[in-house]
Amino acid sequence: MTTPLFAIGPAPLEVDRLARAAAGAAGPEHGADGAVVTFLGLVRNHNVGRRVRYLEYEAYEPLALKAFGRIAAEIQERWPSARLALHHRIGRLEIGEASIAIVVRSPHRGDAYAACRYAIERVKQIAPIWKREFFEGGDVWIEGATANPDDERARAEAERVACA
Amino acid sequence: MRVTVRLFARLRDIAGAAELSRDLAAGATIGDVWRQLTAEFPDFAGYERSISTAVNADYARMDRVVADGDEVAFLPPVSGG
Repeated sequence: MTTPLFAIGPAPLEVDRLARAAAGAAGPEHGADGAVVTFLGLVRNHNVGRRVRYLEYEAYEPLALKAFGRIAAEIQERWPSARLALHHRIGRLEIGEASIAIVVRSPHRGDAYAACRYAIERVKQIAPIWKREFFEGGDVWIEGATANPDDERARAEAERVACA
Repeated sequence: MRVTVRLFARLRDIAGAAELSRDLAAGATIGDVWRQLTAEFPDFAGYERSISTAVNADYARMDRVVADGDEVAFLPPVSGG
């Protein structure tokens, strides 16, 4: 079975499969790529002074997949030679497990690094995904950005961070 | 007409349901659905300025008119990654 470029599900993330998906997306131009940058986001055992026990993620899946596609299109516009694969895990995740895996391929490392950083910043801005933190003494929904894909200021900020 | 309401994260906890059905007058907007829910679940009011909204799994604004059978989603601030 071929691995999709964008996916959301409860299964543990496999970077190798993601990298193969991104390579497949390059098609016959595969040999032109000189860089693969991978980002894994892990469940950390501490957050703002709390001792974290585990996290639970949920997503509005059809809209989140569209958001990933939108991020890919933005990357295509800004770094035309870069190709993105992105998987997000949902459900209960233990400390040290990966919640998100991002792979970007491109002919040169500069574009791959920048596009990869841009992708994670944009996920945090516009993907309808939520984490609930279970810590020692309680639990809390983490609430970050108000998702607005048309907010050009947010997009510009993601690009600024990516290219810093 | 009737719409399906999808709720996520803390909004789901407050309402005690991930999905609701609500009857609306013709010409009702997402904002009308929101006001109806806020009357029903007063704790929703704190999200007035920070939620995002979607219709049939596409982001949409509060003034968007909804149609019979639409799925209307209310999304608290996101925290993926």
